[in-house]
Amino acid sequence: MTGISFTQESQPARPTGLLAWLHLDLPLLTGLMLLSGVGLLILYSAGDQEWALIQRQLVRLGIAFGVMIILAQLHITHLRRWSPWLYIAGVLMLVAVIFFGQTGKGAQRWLDLGFFRFQPSEMMKLALPMMIAWYLAEKRLPPKRRRLLAAAIMTLIPVLLIAKQPDLGTALLVASAGICILFLAGIGWQLISLFAVSMAALGPVIWFFMHDYQKRRVLTFINPENDPLGAGYHIIQSKIAIGSGGLTGKGWLNGTQSHLEFLPERHTDFVFAVISEEFGLIGVAALLALYFFIILRGLYIATQAQDTFSRLLGGALTLVFFVYLFVNIGMVSGVLPVVGVPLPLISYGGTSLVTILAGFGILMSIHTHRKLLPT
Amino acid sequence: MSGSKKKRGHAEKIKVPSYKARRLFLLAVLAFAFGSLIWRSVDRQVFETAFLQQQGEKRYLKPMKVRASRGMITDRNGEPLAISTPVKSIFANPRKLKADSKTIGAIASILDLNPDRVRRLLASDRGFVYLKRRVNPDVAQQVKALDLEGIGLESEHRRFYPSGEVMAHMVGLTGIDDQGLEGMELAYNEWLSGVNGAKRVIMDGRRRVIKEVENIQSPRSGNDLVLSLDRRLQFLAYRELKKAVKTHRAVSGSAVILDAKSGEVLAMVNRPAYNPNGRRSNRRGSFRNRAVTDVFEPGSTVKPFVVAAALEQGRFKPDTPIDVTPGLLRVGRHLVKDSHNYGRIDVATVLSKSSNVGASKIALALKPEILWKLYSRIGFGRSAESMFPGESSGRLPHFSDWSQFEQATLSFGYGLSVTPLQLAGAYAVLANDGVKLPVSLLKVSELSKGERVVRRSTARSVVHMLEAVVAKGGTAPLAAIPGYRVAGKTGTAKKSVAGGYAEDKYLSLFVGMAPASDPRLVMAVMINEPRGKDYYGGKVAAPVFAKVMSGALRLLNIPPDAPLVVTPLLAGSEGRH
Repeated sequence: MTGISFTQESQPARPTGLLAWLHLDLPLLTGLMLLSGVGLLILYSAGDQEWALIQRQLVRLGIAFGVMIILAQLHITHLRRWSPWLYIAGVLMLVAVIFFGQTGKGAQRWLDLGFFRFQPSEMMKLALPMMIAWYLAEKRLPPKRRRLLAAAIMTLIPVLLIAKQPDLGTALLVASAGICILFLAGIGWQLISLFAVSMAALGPVIWFFMHDYQKRRVLTFINPENDPLGAGYHIIQSKIAIGSGGLTGKGWLNGTQSHLEFLPERHTDFVFAVISEEFGLIGVAALLALYFFIILRGLYIATQAQDTFSRLLGGALTLVFFVYLFVNIGMVSGVLPVVGVPLPLISYGGTSLVTILAGFGILMSIHTHRKLLPT
Repeated sequence: MSGSKKKRGHAEKIKVPSYKARRLFLLAVLAFAFGSLIWRSVDRQVFETAFLQQQGEKRYLKPMKVRASRGMITDRNGEPLAISTPVKSIFANPRKLKADSKTIGAIASILDLNPDRVRRLLASDRGFVYLKRRVNPDVAQQVKALDLEGIGLESEHRRFYPSGEVMAHMVGLTGIDDQGLEGMELAYNEWLSGVNGAKRVIMDGRRRVIKEVENIQSPRSGNDLVLSLDRRLQFLAYRELKKAVKTHRAVSGSAVILDAKSGEVLAMVNRPAYNPNGRRSNRRGSFRNRAVTDVFEPGSTVKPFVVAAALEQGRFKPDTPIDVTPGLLRVGRHLVKDSHNYGRIDVATVLSKSSNVGASKIALALKPEILWKLYSRIGFGRSAESMFPGESSGRLPHFSDWSQFEQATLSFGYGLSVTPLQLAGAYAVLANDGVKLPVSLLKVSELSKGERVVRRSTARSVVHMLEAVVAKGGTAPLAAIPGYRVAGKTGTAKKSVAGGYAEDKYLSLFVGMAPASDPRLVMAVMINEPRGKDYYGGKVAAPVFAKVMSGALRLLNIPPDAPLVVTPLLAGSEGRH
């Protein structure tokens, strides 16, 4: 191989020690812990130095890392076997949300199971890539057109159900999971082009089906100064916050835009603007480098996987993680329209945290349960 | 994945897709994505950073007005009549304030507002509405305790008028923006207004002031204003006027006290009045300072000036006989009437009995120009230049337009109009030995030399004749004050209405001065449309004069100039009640 990428020719010896015993991948774990640390640091600043927020986030991180460790113990064959059932259960729950769902913040996303509230769409972020990977790995790759169509439909069902809630951000992430797998599975370039062209053509149609607030977001994205006190407020404020940071930033706890409460959602979706203001371009570059490292490690694990299911699933989970951060940072820095997607591992909040770390748990399981050839 | 893919790619009939190309494509997409994010940050944080930092500062560094305190208004002795006290104004940002009905209820009850009104205000699309302005600091504290996002406090000053309605017309009042709307508050608004200062503050997104950064300009407080009024005399005059207006069920009333030696207005009161501290219950007509803004025909009160003109001319002396029989005088096609046939009397008696026929005969013996000049020089038809807003000049027709009959009626006060202040000012000329001083609503520090209108001897002589008005047998014994010599003149004018004069609407007047030996105070009392059985100036207005003037003389420590042997007169005047 050319060696410019994340592939590696020789298999390293299986690591030993506590990490190996726990089926954890050291580089991934380091990256994730570092990100979570950065997240807590910035939460302390963005959350006006409130310890209660930190404590709650620590509990969530504990739960999420716990889930990761548990999933890392499971052999990938178990996960593979459960995939279709998980998917079916997920779709059924999404349908249930339509009828029995709890409403919060203007959208019906929650299912109240009595003892705890649960977001089926969140589960779909894992269940869908598992299902598609399971389905496509049944037969030899690259998949035939008929199977591609079936996979596309499998993707579309939950995506539409989630979009209807409405939860555009999650729908986008779930859809991207499906698309990533199809791409990794080797869908033809003609089809990819066709898909790109048809998406462009479908734009107006999608526009027609959008909610008013979604249309407004797109219009605001195109020209935020149109409505600087209304819909454009978020974008303008975050632009100012990012720009104010300059090269080196104003320093931790010293961001004016965030601390003077000009920046909305500053410890959740717009936390990137706080990082930019307080740590400047250097901080942003370091953060992006950390993310880039984690993504490369994830893709490397996928290439090292020993079965098609693991390869597809590992690649897809890593790419979804990438889409996550790209959509969030793109939104905050004004490259993309405002879509409610948190900055993975840094934004305050628990639901996405568990899903993301569960995904990394699966990746670690893939990597640590390989049968190594004797060297 | 291409490496591992190839392990499986053995014995394939179908074309293996190029996983290497796919891998490179994926890397390219990732590189492009991260590159664009980095580029965006470089763009914002390197190239645009100066502009965006400035934009940020524009949002949190705000200039803020520092309201200057308005000057205090005091009376001549330094008693406060209008003072500014610090208060808070409550404002809200409806876009930020997410209030449920419970919160709205809490706000409404603290601020004593209708909840619906609060809801309407908060439903507005604006970023700034006042919920209530000028609340007391303790109320503001309660609002602050609610700790709501989007509610703020602003420091302001509220004007407080300790003397209330007694001083209302003179002092006036300010509007919600601390600008004078009425009275001296309006007339001297610029003098009283301070210059607002400015400071730069760091404000957060909820419009709360976090920190004061710098002082751009300190506020300059307004200047204090010292009025000529004496609060004690004002209270006294107001109390008696109010009582008289009520007793006689009059429409309105005014009284003015002038310092004869300085031209200062020591008291100026009107009924109806209003409460400048809470305007809710005030009726419309109550805002006028009628003593300055309203004109009326002065009736018999002008007769002393006809006599003065005649004395000046030299053809008349106080004892010059005038035959007023039979109480009727035909002038052209008109008749001038007296209430009784006084027979053959002298000039002094024309005044003490207030004979219209006598006054007419004296006036008709003078050149019109002579009378007009005197009227004009004592201030009739000319603004008193008190600087009071809405001051009226009254009306005095030019002598070239006078008919014979007009010349006659002008001698007993019809055909011209004056304000109570002008009338008092005219008598002050007599009181001040014939020298007219400018009237002043402000305390005078340097006496004006004034302008001589009539000879000293003429003025003295007229004043002396006016003492008989108050004496037994005059028209106003009720104006007498024990221990003091009082000079004055009554007036009972029929009110002009559309198409002529009303038969049952009168104006009761008394203008007088004391002590008559060397007059210090001049007072004019006007009661408009008394609806009781009394309507003569000597019955309605004169007692107000006596009560206020006697009190004022004592308050000002003016020594008595009459021995108290005049008790019979007192007994007599009391007997007339």
